[in-house]
Amino acid sequence: MSSPEVELPIESRVHYLNAGYGIKSWLLTTDHKRIGLMYLVSITFFFCFGGIAATLMRLNLLEPQGLLVEPETYNKLFSMHGIIMVFFFLIPSIPAVLGNFLIPMMIGARDVAFPRLNLLSWYVFMTGGLLALYAVIAGGVDTGWTFYTPLSTAYSNTHVMAAAAGVFIAGFSSILTGMNFVVTIHKMRAPGLSWFRLPLFIWAMYATSIIFILGTPVIAISLALVGLERWFHVGIFDPALGGDPLLFQHMFWFYSHPAVYVMILPSMGVISELVTAFSKKKIFGYHFIAFSSIAIAAIGFLVWGHHMFISGQSIYAGLVFSALSFAVAIPSAIKVFNWTATLYKGSISYEAPMLYALGFIGLFTIGGLTGLFLATLAVDQHVHDTYFVVAHFHYIMVGGAVMGYLGGIHYWWPKISGRLYPDGWARVAAIIIFVGFNLTFFPQFILGYLGMPRRYAVYPAEFHTLNVVSTAGASILGLGYVIPLVYLIWSMRYGPEAGPNPWHATGLEWTTASPPPTHNFEETPVVTEEPYAYDRLAEEIQVV
Amino acid sequence: MSNSHAVVAEQFDDRAQQHEASSLGMWIFLATEIMFFGGLFTAYTVYRNIHTAAFETASHLLNAKLGAFNTAVLICSSLTMALAVQAAQMGKRKRLITYLLSTMALGLVFIYIKFILEWHHDFLEGLAPGLHFTYAGPHASRVELFFCFYFIMTGVHALHMIVGEGVMTVLLVMAWRGAFSQERYNPIEMMGLYWHFVDIVWIFLFPLLYLLGARF
Repeated sequence: MSSPEVELPIESRVHYLNAGYGIKSWLLTTDHKRIGLMYLVSITFFFCFGGIAATLMRLNLLEPQGLLVEPETYNKLFSMHGIIMVFFFLIPSIPAVLGNFLIPMMIGARDVAFPRLNLLSWYVFMTGGLLALYAVIAGGVDTGWTFYTPLSTAYSNTHVMAAAAGVFIAGFSSILTGMNFVVTIHKMRAPGLSWFRLPLFIWAMYATSIIFILGTPVIAISLALVGLERWFHVGIFDPALGGDPLLFQHMFWFYSHPAVYVMILPSMGVISELVTAFSKKKIFGYHFIAFSSIAIAAIGFLVWGHHMFISGQSIYAGLVFSALSFAVAIPSAIKVFNWTATLYKGSISYEAPMLYALGFIGLFTIGGLTGLFLATLAVDQHVHDTYFVVAHFHYIMVGGAVMGYLGGIHYWWPKISGRLYPDGWARVAAIIIFVGFNLTFFPQFILGYLGMPRRYAVYPAEFHTLNVVSTAGASILGLGYVIPLVYLIWSMRYGPEAGPNPWHATGLEWTTASPPPTHNFEETPVVTEEPYAYDRLAEEIQVV
Repeated sequence: MSNSHAVVAEQFDDRAQQHEASSLGMWIFLATEIMFFGGLFTAYTVYRNIHTAAFETASHLLNAKLGAFNTAVLICSSLTMALAVQAAQMGKRKRLITYLLSTMALGLVFIYIKFILEWHHDFLEGLAPGLHFTYAGPHASRVELFFCFYFIMTGVHALHMIVGEGVMTVLLVMAWRGAFSQERYNPIEMMGLYWHFVDIVWIFLFPLLYLLGARF
């Protein structure tokens, strides 16, 4: 992996960003890097919508009686927050943005296996997203992101159909992305790039794609059944007519629990890259991390019943699901131990991406361990449907998935844009986000343990103080999210040129120019060594 | 998944890689289809276990002879599809066109029987849940649930047949124009995989829906 020839300035070189101009050159592109950027813009847009809903909720909870909105509106706020953040931000976040951008480059390919399907996936995603947005603008939906029956089929008089149809359609973009990634990883690897020379990010994306492929069709059919039941009232999920609402919960969580791993696995892949790059050290336990991704995807399909411990599911099924949920903690813990072992005696530097990575490791550990509380049958009886659950999954999804996403965006931004962002601001933002996050969600563990139920617009006065702390934290967190938006956009025009490998990192994506040419590499790279060969890289740098 | 040019698409190194990639892509697509139908089969199986007697009663309202005939039609269409793939591999254009046309014709026979002779009849008999359901025998609401699944499952299956007919029309035009050869028959092979999959789904649907209880 030799570094490329002397670099021309960005403007005088043809790369994927200036290879074509005008809106058409983007909307009709089949370049995986441009499609990744289109996803980046789209999901940032949806993130803002979901964030506004969260802001309004936190403002409302400043007062025990509700500061701002009617309870009906509050129901719609948390539903839209959940639907948009889960289906239109978190699930596509790292796979569709960084996965699209990086997978072909990391494996030394010119593009994904099916570039036109890749573009189609973006259009499908936008169709679903706009339909969900229509549901918000037309008056909202109040079922929560889970669309539980019979509320969604018989009682809710909000725009359930539009929102469910949006999620249904967006699911097909996940399927297309997953198909594309699996085929690309299997069939498009550069010469010499055997499975155990792949970056761990690729292993994580592979595991994620498996979940996309095997899980998403099930939620598609579940939501289709909800739609039919809502239209015709034929009793598919109505006990009075012979149906079973619990069946919907089984089908919904068969996808939606693995979907949690769709959110966290890609982040874990990012963290594996960041931890090695900023410790300048070969990763500890490569094979364990690679296979733990696959194990998480596999076991993740067998734990869905832990969402139904108190929904009338058989107690014996509950015991099995509880044990399996404990089992999924093993591969997760393997990753955390290997990351920390990689840090040990590494030459650690604290650039912004590394701050996100370290934040991730801590927050994910808290989120994961509290998950074990919830997987315990007796404890779950106590904290089920309380803020404890809310805090737990936000530690995974925001403290884990979003931290990994932001860390990844910061790490690969020089490759994406060809320019550097101001590292000082980036570090400040990372710290603000970390502080704001903990201030928002740690009090919610306590609130939940004390018995405050989730999804309520009002609460008893005794919970006032902790709710004020949480809302204060949310404002800090919100500020933290705005700062990167500003300096990343600024850097696209004014940032200093990054050069091909600003972090002195290993990996094929750093051997090509920044931003890369449309076909990624001047000539197909040949791989001759293990990944993360930081020992050799360090020698090279010393020689230079 | 195929591309309409005879050349290798720019992201691939050679034809073999392109061929392998589209085959793997097709198998993965079929895996997603299995999960999609799997959700329906699971839901159906759960209710069939809860309401065994009602589902048997309801199953006996279906015309098993037409169902059996349609099963035979589909198996024949699988045969002609397999022969079409073989013709494409050997580069025999006329035979390919003949077998594609026979497959499409058999598919249309299936769809005709399904929609006109069965669905239309069921509708007139008052067995269409939510729209026109007049059955008033024992377990009426459970019978309605059965028919609900009957229409969803056979409907989704028929939708796959119609999509298959559409894609085959495109392939037929391409075959007519001589787009396929011994080097390039991949799209026909992929179509074959899809068509056999749709057949297999029916092979499971037929006994699950039509042959409940002691019937013959």
